[in-house]
Amino acid sequence: MRLNRRSFLQLTALAGGGLALDLYRSPLAIAQSIGKPIDLAPQAFIQIAPDGAVTIMARASESGQGMRNMLPMLIAEELDVDWKDVHVQQAELNEKVYGPQFSGGSANTPMGWEPMRRVGAAGRQLLVTAAAQTWSVPETECTTKSGHVLHAASSRSLGYGELAAKAATLPAPALSSVKLKDPKDYRIVGHSQTGVDTHAIVTGKPLFGIDVELPGMLFASIEKAPVFAGKVKSANIDQIKAMSGVRHVLVIDGGITPAAYTPWEPGMEPGIAIVADTWWQAQQAREQLKVEWDLGPAATQSSVGFQKRAKELLAAKPGNTLRKYGDLDAALKSSAKVVEATYEYPFIAHVTLEPQGATAHWKDGKLEMWSTSTLPVDGRGLVAKTLGIQESDITTHMMRSGGSFGRRLQNDYLVEAAWIAKRVDAPVKLLWSREDDIAHDPFRPGGTVGLKAGLDAKGKLTAWRHHLVTFGDEKHSTSGGGIGRDTYPAGFAPSYELYTSAQPLMLRTGAMRAPGDNAYCWVSQSFIDEMAHAAGRDPLDFQLELLSNKQAPWTATGEDAVGDHEPSGQSVLIPERFKGVLELVAEKSGWANRPKTPGRGMGIAAWFCHLGYFAEVADVSVDAKNKVTVHQVWAAGDVGSQIINPGAAENIAFGGIIEGMSHMGQEITLEDGVIQQSNFHNHPLMRMRQAPKIEVYWRKTDYAPTGLGEPTLPPTLPALTNAIFAATGKRIHTLPLQKSGFSWA
Amino acid sequence: MAIKLNVNNVAATVDVPPEMPLLWVLRDKLNLKGSKYGCGMGVCGACTVLVGGKAMRSCMTDVGSVGDRPVTTIEGLSPDGLHPVQVTWEALDVPQCGYCQAGQIMSATALLQHTPHPTDAEIDTAMSGNICRCGTYPRIRQAIHEAAQAAALAGSK
Repeated sequence: MRLNRRSFLQLTALAGGGLALDLYRSPLAIAQSIGKPIDLAPQAFIQIAPDGAVTIMARASESGQGMRNMLPMLIAEELDVDWKDVHVQQAELNEKVYGPQFSGGSANTPMGWEPMRRVGAAGRQLLVTAAAQTWSVPETECTTKSGHVLHAASSRSLGYGELAAKAATLPAPALSSVKLKDPKDYRIVGHSQTGVDTHAIVTGKPLFGIDVELPGMLFASIEKAPVFAGKVKSANIDQIKAMSGVRHVLVIDGGITPAAYTPWEPGMEPGIAIVADTWWQAQQAREQLKVEWDLGPAATQSSVGFQKRAKELLAAKPGNTLRKYGDLDAALKSSAKVVEATYEYPFIAHVTLEPQGATAHWKDGKLEMWSTSTLPVDGRGLVAKTLGIQESDITTHMMRSGGSFGRRLQNDYLVEAAWIAKRVDAPVKLLWSREDDIAHDPFRPGGTVGLKAGLDAKGKLTAWRHHLVTFGDEKHSTSGGGIGRDTYPAGFAPSYELYTSAQPLMLRTGAMRAPGDNAYCWVSQSFIDEMAHAAGRDPLDFQLELLSNKQAPWTATGEDAVGDHEPSGQSVLIPERFKGVLELVAEKSGWANRPKTPGRGMGIAAWFCHLGYFAEVADVSVDAKNKVTVHQVWAAGDVGSQIINPGAAENIAFGGIIEGMSHMGQEITLEDGVIQQSNFHNHPLMRMRQAPKIEVYWRKTDYAPTGLGEPTLPPTLPALTNAIFAATGKRIHTLPLQKSGFSWA
Repeated sequence: MAIKLNVNNVAATVDVPPEMPLLWVLRDKLNLKGSKYGCGMGVCGACTVLVGGKAMRSCMTDVGSVGDRPVTTIEGLSPDGLHPVQVTWEALDVPQCGYCQAGQIMSATALLQHTPHPTDAEIDTAMSGNICRCGTYPRIRQAIHEAAQAAALAGSK
């Protein structure tokens, strides 16, 4: 079992092409630990009570992707129990026992598919052995069904509950030795299973990080500088301490030195923490705070400045050459037509509906944390380092969170809660306000892309030149702002050049659902549509032809997906799969016979990322005021041989598409280093009246199943902007939509 | 200041300033954690409760303004989840992260009380104040239609 690196490396790919081993330590540490396979013990995941009730541990963090269902379903299937008899319990953080417990990069399906099934099968094997020994019959004569071991020859049967005590005394078989079911015999996997927390959600039970309630608990809120990493010079702390309900006022010096490149987890941001009897009182006290800040160098940053510098860098010689093959200059010279375009996309914020926060309790030299992190092992390490304590003195409870979308891969809020708790003689719940959550988000970085491509006399693509202006220093791209050398149409364009340049950014950035891909897909799939129209050809035919080109050979290095395959070979774009989803979505949407009426149009786009393939077609209307209504989106996905939980999978696809729409209307801007957006009124999300009808289709292929969180999203943006072009003849080169004169109806 | 409330048909007295938002009284004084904080300015709907039968944003409702109007939260809709809206929500497995769903369910309940058979346009109007960051809107719409049908069937028996 090896970790697929593609998803993580897309967060951290270096501008210069090399792999920064120290940039994103924990996933690599995880990769190393996975490289030495952990011998998962079935007993750690499965508990069977004497009455036959089965408890299965969910190892991964849950923020709405359905991990508490998906991984336990794999165990239950091979254990051969009925899902209705299964109780799922969230595991505490302990990767030595459970293996990787993070949720990110759509990695849980490919990482869990094989080992979780083997854990279940090993558990079943123990029960079969226990029954065979009880009956003194050969194991080969025993079968299982619905939580029972059966011996047909003697018509005997024992429930798992009756065998559990004996089975617990037996040595667990090696996971590699157990036999797995034929998928045609699945009774749980491939059948929709309601979310294990759904009943608790619809009845309002406390489930989420924000719901933690402990005796004597205090509440914390943190005032931070309006500019990244600005420090406290002075404040009216004595006055605040005297306010109703306020117990502590703590100055956080912080640990960030603003620089051109801001690393993943750059350190604590400075600020003033107010700890009070209720969160509302802490917030009331914050309103009375008067702080003089030392804003520091980040106060010089502005969106206008970024834009100006990006244009300069685009016109200059690129800073880094990532990939180059074929004679591009000669190909452009001999092309019948050459098209150039510049695409721009903004910074955007995650805005999980549950704002960031955590609860922590420091007592007798030990720390207990209630965390919503999706990378909790990293959080524990950071807390230990920041507080100067041992990781072995920390217990982490993994709480359900109100959304992550990549945000909770970073652990800044967890470190803050722990830091406060160590200074307070009570459990402390930290909660960020919505305004805090937007101002201090690790943003999806913006970017500017210069493109130039050629067509021959027959309207075939001849050359593709791609220059991404991102953020960082000469060696590193900011997190979420790196690009892989395999960025499509790399390999398929007959000649291709990929360059990056970077400008400084003193701001925290991070992974937003489908990091990198959520922007690069829009750029590449828009420009392919642009080229198809320049050639006077159908965009689908144009792309299918491109995918039929002989692929340019290349050798992968660290930052690329190729060469680190898990499941085997699936991290390389397989043209047959890419074409397959395009053809399926074209068929389902009636692409070939789409009506052509003014003000209404359909667009098509596809992408491969995080081991999955999605193609989408959008049908839009644009009115006289350039207001865009999305009538319908068709999606076709190929994530391998098995959709593990079909109902949840469809829901996640709805979500990826609707989130993609949200991205198109959002923008984070800076003036004098200050983020200008503050809440949902100026960083909007799609609402019910804007949500289109969506149809999702699966193309099942022989590949091992892979994840769905990320690959559903990227094609939405270009499918929509290509549809707007079809409806209006206007090409959107700049996002958000408003900057191109459009808006959502 | 002692303020009297009727929450989920239970009388409660809380000693808080009258300007404290109802949301924080519910969550941190009455330990009813179902209603959620999302924006603090009434634009996301995660805190929606019924006050006197009307859907209200509890983050923007001063506790002192509630008076003798009964407050219904998600916990009071049906503790067993047997309200038709809860039943269809569960049957269709609407939630992803689930954080907004208490607010969605309370808005849907208020809608169905006044409009037993809402059209898509009426659903759009009634539900567009509730953000679902995960994008479960197609399922929410379907659940409201099915809850309306279920209620009609129950009524015709």
